[in-house]
Amino acid sequence: MSVKLSTRQVGDVSVVDVSGRITLGEGSSALRDTLRDMVTKGQKKILLNLGEVSYIDSSGIGELVSGFTTVANQGGQLKLLSLTKRVKDLLQITKLYTVFDVHDDEAGAIRSFA
Amino acid sequence: MGKNTGGEAETVEQFLDSTLESVDSAENVVLSVAEKAGFSEEDLHKIGMAVRESMVNAVVHGNQYSAHKKVRVSVSTAGNRLTVTIADQGKGFELTDLRDPLAEENLLRNSGRGIFLIRAFMDEVDVRRLSPHGTEVTLIKYLGRK
Repeated sequence: MSVKLSTRQVGDVSVVDVSGRITLGEGSSALRDTLRDMVTKGQKKILLNLGEVSYIDSSGIGELVSGFTTVANQGGQLKLLSLTKRVKDLLQITKLYTVFDVHDDEAGAIRSFA
Repeated sequence: MGKNTGGEAETVEQFLDSTLESVDSAENVVLSVAEKAGFSEEDLHKIGMAVRESMVNAVVHGNQYSAHKKVRVSVSTAGNRLTVTIADQGKGFELTDLRDPLAEENLLRNSGRGIFLIRAFMDEVDVRRLSPHGTEVTLIKYLGRK
C-alpha cells in the first residue's frame, strides 16, 4: 500500500493523518506536496499523525526533516504524533528523535502548540 | 513456511531494470528467500529495508535510471547465513566521500542516510567498486544473531 494523507483542522492546528508507506517515489512526494501546500497557505502549526505508517525509508526520513525545516523557516512548528515502534527506532538510530517534538496523545500534542 | 536450518543452499539471481519498480521486485525476491530460511519478522523488516536502500542507491545514484543499465541482484543462503549482492553499472563512489549523518552539522540534511541504515540493519556490509565501472554492495545477515 502506498501512502495516504488526509488533513483536518483542530483549532488552529492542522493535523495530517498519514497511513501506509513513506518511501522514495509516490509516498515521499505526496508528503512533500502536502506539507508545501500547507506552508504556502500560511499554516504554521502542523501535527503529523504517523500512527498508521507501517514503513518509512531514508527518503521518507528526508521528507520529514525537509518538512520540519521548511515549516520552521516560515516561523512555524511541525510536530509528530503516535510513532510506531519501527518509526521511533528509525528516528532514534538516526539521532532525529530528539530533533522532533514527538507526542503520544493528540490532545496533549494540540495543547503543546499554544 | 519452511525453515532452512540444515545448511541447504539456495541461490537466486536476477537482472533488473533501473526503475523504482525494481526496488519492490528485489525486496520481494530477497524476502521470499529469507523467509524460507527462517528469519524472524523483525529481521525480515531489517533485511527488506537494507535491500530497498541498496537498490535505491543502485537505481538512482548508480545507474541514474538509465534504460541501458541493469542492476544485478543475487541472494543466497548457506548454513545460517543470508548473502545479498546488489551491483549497478554506474560511476561508483568512495565510502570516504560520504558525510556522517549523525554529525551535528548533517542531522537536518534531507539525504545521506542510506548506507548508514544499511549498516545498522545488516550484520556485515561490504561496498566495492567494480571494473571497469559499477558498485557492488554485499549484505550479510546471520540467522539467530541478535
